[in-house]
Amino acid sequence: MREITFSQATLEAMAEEMRRDPTVFVLGEDIARQGGIFGQFKGLPDEFGYERVLDTPISETAIVGAAVGAALTGMRPVADMHFADFVTCAMDEIANQAAKIQYMFGGQARLPLVVRAPDGVIKSAAAQHSQSLEAWFVHVPGLKIVIPSTPYDAKGLLKAAIRDDNPVLYFEHKALFAMKGPVPEEEYLVPIGKADVKRPGRDVTCVTYSIMVHRALEAAEDLARDGIEVEVVDLRTLVPMDIDTVLQSVRKTKKVVVAHEACRRGGAGAEIAATIAEEAFDYLDAPVVRVGTLDVPIPFSPPLEARVVPRKKEIVEAVRKIV
Amino acid sequence: MPDRNTLVHIYTTMVRIRTFEEKVEELFLAGKIPGFVHLYIGEEAVASGVCASLEHSDYIVSTHRGHGHCIAKGASPRRMMAEILGKSSGYCKGKGGSMHIADFSVGMLGANGVVGGGFNIAVGAALSAKMRRSGQVAVCFFGDGASNRGTFHEALNMASVFDLPCVFVCEHNQYASTTPATYSVSVRDVADRAVGYGIPGVTVDGNDVLAVYEAAREAIDRARRGGGPTLLEAKTYRIKGHFVGDPEKYRDRSEVERWKAKCPILRFEERLLAEGVLADAEMEAIKAAARREILEAVSFAEESPYPDPDDAFSDLYVSDAQGEGCGR
Repeated sequence: MREITFSQATLEAMAEEMRRDPTVFVLGEDIARQGGIFGQFKGLPDEFGYERVLDTPISETAIVGAAVGAALTGMRPVADMHFADFVTCAMDEIANQAAKIQYMFGGQARLPLVVRAPDGVIKSAAAQHSQSLEAWFVHVPGLKIVIPSTPYDAKGLLKAAIRDDNPVLYFEHKALFAMKGPVPEEEYLVPIGKADVKRPGRDVTCVTYSIMVHRALEAAEDLARDGIEVEVVDLRTLVPMDIDTVLQSVRKTKKVVVAHEACRRGGAGAEIAATIAEEAFDYLDAPVVRVGTLDVPIPFSPPLEARVVPRKKEIVEAVRKIV
Repeated sequence: MPDRNTLVHIYTTMVRIRTFEEKVEELFLAGKIPGFVHLYIGEEAVASGVCASLEHSDYIVSTHRGHGHCIAKGASPRRMMAEILGKSSGYCKGKGGSMHIADFSVGMLGANGVVGGGFNIAVGAALSAKMRRSGQVAVCFFGDGASNRGTFHEALNMASVFDLPCVFVCEHNQYASTTPATYSVSVRDVADRAVGYGIPGVTVDGNDVLAVYEAAREAIDRARRGGGPTLLEAKTYRIKGHFVGDPEKYRDRSEVERWKAKCPILRFEERLLAEGVLADAEMEAIKAAARREILEAVSFAEESPYPDPDDAFSDLYVSDAQGEGCGR
């Protein structure tokens, strides 16, 4: 199978969905003339023009707010946030408007909206350009949260998100954009709400998503040399969460590490760990261990950044703690 | 002057809103309404004057004080009243209440519990109308208080940059909850802020329904022709408290009485009489019909059942999503 980058995979998803449905359009800062700051929209206006690939002022509130209004009136907007950190400038629009509208209006409205949010740590981007904020939105009923780890999943899930009639937050890790992986030429979708076992194993389950999937796979490779087989479960979407696949794995391995790049405290990992404790306590042979960024803002200087952000080493250590 | 049909329609709308609101106040004070309600009494000329120039397919975005906008855009008082009482026959099946009434079938895209939360939704509806070449216009109602939100700035700038068919209607009712506009708004006329966005800004007497009508018609026509957005400010007054039960310690009764004398409905009645459009008896008949309509709405609402408690779990997600692979 051919290999393309994560970024190209999302670009193909956009182009295919825009071709398929004339109501799909994308708006955001620096996306049309610049092609996106990570090149993830490059060439899109050549085919679809500068109205359907709409450069906006620096107005995150208006980008998401307008996307909500457009979605309510027959369009299927994709709103790009530049950096996930900037969703903070559109919190009312996401948490109070988009998440509530279908429900509080009693199902009169549908809100086919995708908010794309490039997140995560890359190249000393420091405190305001490095965060992983997905847990905030897991806490707000009414949104779907998609957070892929591979080019294959990125494409299939973005297409599914665009076709979904509900508001979807699509978190894409900045350090994954350049990563290559197999993506078929023919069309496919990845369903929202299905986890994927990226590596089978019998000894420990690592429940993870986004870039940490790759760090978990590297850790599993190392640990396998010592005879420890880690099963890596990539959640792919946090809402809805495929807890069945997680529990199935936990019942087999009886030991769990939950890993994400977001801060440990109050992270999605806490929800996952609590759910495992509620649903599979009797199967557990050890406490659930969480791996996440230490609870400080992401610092700038490379040694500081490296000190707080978990990588392969932290997952290996977490696994060794419980085997 | 608009034609007689339009004048009678505008007057009838104002009377229906007033009658509805007086009944809501009565029901609230009788303990029949959960939560809290914000009344539109005194501001009827704005919604009635603006919506008279809108097509059925045009959009409006409303506020926490939204009952008047709903009625003026054509929503049903029965289903509004049922929603306000928390009944399953309400517009939102009892999930929204007074502050979240919407009627998508008449282009009423929702009231909003967040002050200033509607600006950009209106911008999006206008963007969508422009992209679909539908000829629709979006009107955003908001107050003097909301004009201090950052959302106002982003919305007006974006609407101007993209020449969107959007009319921003400021209902300047003098108070943001308990805070007077003289204290919190940097300019005397909110419409002056239009200069910052390169769009027309117009201030009218918001208790003179024909002044509102004329100014709104011009703005709506301009938007529909592709002439871009307008900031229209209607100077009016909230006769009742911020919410029913507001002790109103922030204003003198004499001020309220002065504004009551400028009641937009009384003023319009004088005008209609003077111009020979409607006689006293005809106006009485319109009021009697409004009373009947609202009483019937109350009966409908009171007789409607409350939602089943398990209905709390429906409508969170749309399940009949298009295409394969969609989340459930």
